Amino acid sequence: MSLSTRHLLGIKDLTPSDISLILDTAKEFKEVLQRPIKKVPSLRDVTIVNLFYENSTRTRISFELAEKRLSADTINFSASGSSVSKGETLLDTVNNILSMKVDMVVMRHSASGAPHFLSRHIPAAIINAGDGINEHPTQALLDAFSIKEKHGSLEGRRVAIIGDIMHSRVAQSNIYLLTKMGAEVTVCGPPTLIPKYIDQAFNVKVEYSLRRTLEWCDVANVLRIQLERQNQVLFSSLREYSLAYGINKKLLNSLSRPVTIMHPGPINRGVELDSDVADSDQSIILHQVENGVAVRMAVLYLLAGERNSA
Amino acid sequence: MKSLLNQQQIALTIKRLANQVLENNTGLQDTVLVGIQPRGIFLSERIVKELASDISLNKMHYGKLDITFYRDDLRKELHLPNQTDIRFSIEGKKVVLIDDVLYTGRTIRAALDALMDFGRPEKVELMVLIDRRYSRQLPIQPDYTGRSIDSILTQKVKVFWQERDGRDEVVLID
Repeated sequence: MSLSTRHLLGIKDLTPSDISLILDTAKEFKEVLQRPIKKVPSLRDVTIVNLFYENSTRTRISFELAEKRLSADTINFSASGSSVSKGETLLDTVNNILSMKVDMVVMRHSASGAPHFLSRHIPAAIINAGDGINEHPTQALLDAFSIKEKHGSLEGRRVAIIGDIMHSRVAQSNIYLLTKMGAEVTVCGPPTLIPKYIDQAFNVKVEYSLRRTLEWCDVANVLRIQLERQNQVLFSSLREYSLAYGINKKLLNSLSRPVTIMHPGPINRGVELDSDVADSDQSIILHQVENGVAVRMAVLYLLAGERNSA
Repeated sequence: MKSLLNQQQIALTIKRLANQVLENNTGLQDTVLVGIQPRGIFLSERIVKELASDISLNKMHYGKLDITFYRDDLRKELHLPNQTDIRFSIEGKKVVLIDDVLYTGRTIRAALDALMDFGRPEKVELMVLIDRRYSRQLPIQPDYTGRSIDSILTQKVKVFWQERDGRDEVVLID
């Protein structure tokens, strides 16, 4: 058994058995990360470039750690301080790097579809680490892994995605993944931040009341308000957003049963999540980060295998 | 297809192998047993069961080791991992590695590498049910052998286990 794809461009392209394969493999890598020596020699002969055209802390560190713990050789590239500022095109940059015998490309880019474009023009395996407002597949996979770890399974699980659904690649990847795996999904946020007809395009429910959403769900995946992507005024102020959609301890405690809180980071403390919620027992935010390394190891391992069996 | 060991012979062989381990490692003090995933586990489970009649189970350290991430042929073929479960330290311990068939020795090479990532054992021994001698590609030999056989490259040894296949038997397939 192996993945049905040579690249990880988005959850959209994966089958449910691909997703299960990645999550099952990640479980074994999580065990590797508990060992005295947290490293295996699997990707000893593989060279990976991390191309970050957009800022990132967690994802970049997580990918780099995953690569190192698989014994791959890694090169880090960030657009700032490179020849990109001299006007080199994306394809030229990547082809120059690949001519130095690089096997896999991990890429984050602010343009939606950038990794898809690359995959049509270069021979290396490509892993999307976030493209514009399209997808962030490894984030959805690590979210799913964390939900499974906490709740046992995805099927029938009620997951709410709360916040800026419109601009969020995390939301889109999560919706694809959760609905493929049989979870129930509700998106919640101000009407201006929820795409029209999303309930018809995807198999999700739309809810504008935060309290009703939290009463319904097992897991709340709370998104960051992306100030850098707001080029128009979609809500009047952060304070107003926080009053209507911010989750605080008082609200959580008033619910009839406990809800698991997730967040892809970085958190705007006091906006979408209060500190006493982010740091509470119900929050699995730091588990998500820990699981991210194992999930990315699984993706890299499975795609490296594909590369070789092709 | 030729039968190498039948059910009764397998039972006797496992009894003997367990006794040999005890003979070399009195009371299993400072000795741990590690079965190699996926096929060595059937043998290691039987050995543990056999030893349990002499030694209380909670004194015995038994783990499972998956070697997938240590293989030397990822370039050729993708292999999927099985569970590794070693909940004790092997630092300074005597480790008995357990697998069903010893052939080229490459699995054991990978297992030794994997094992070292859990600590530095004092000594590592190898137990196999079937030793296909004269077919080694690496300098690796067993310490406890169920049955040594001579076979040629085109032949296959298949071990059937009651738990999975509904019967205990070892056969040589041409």
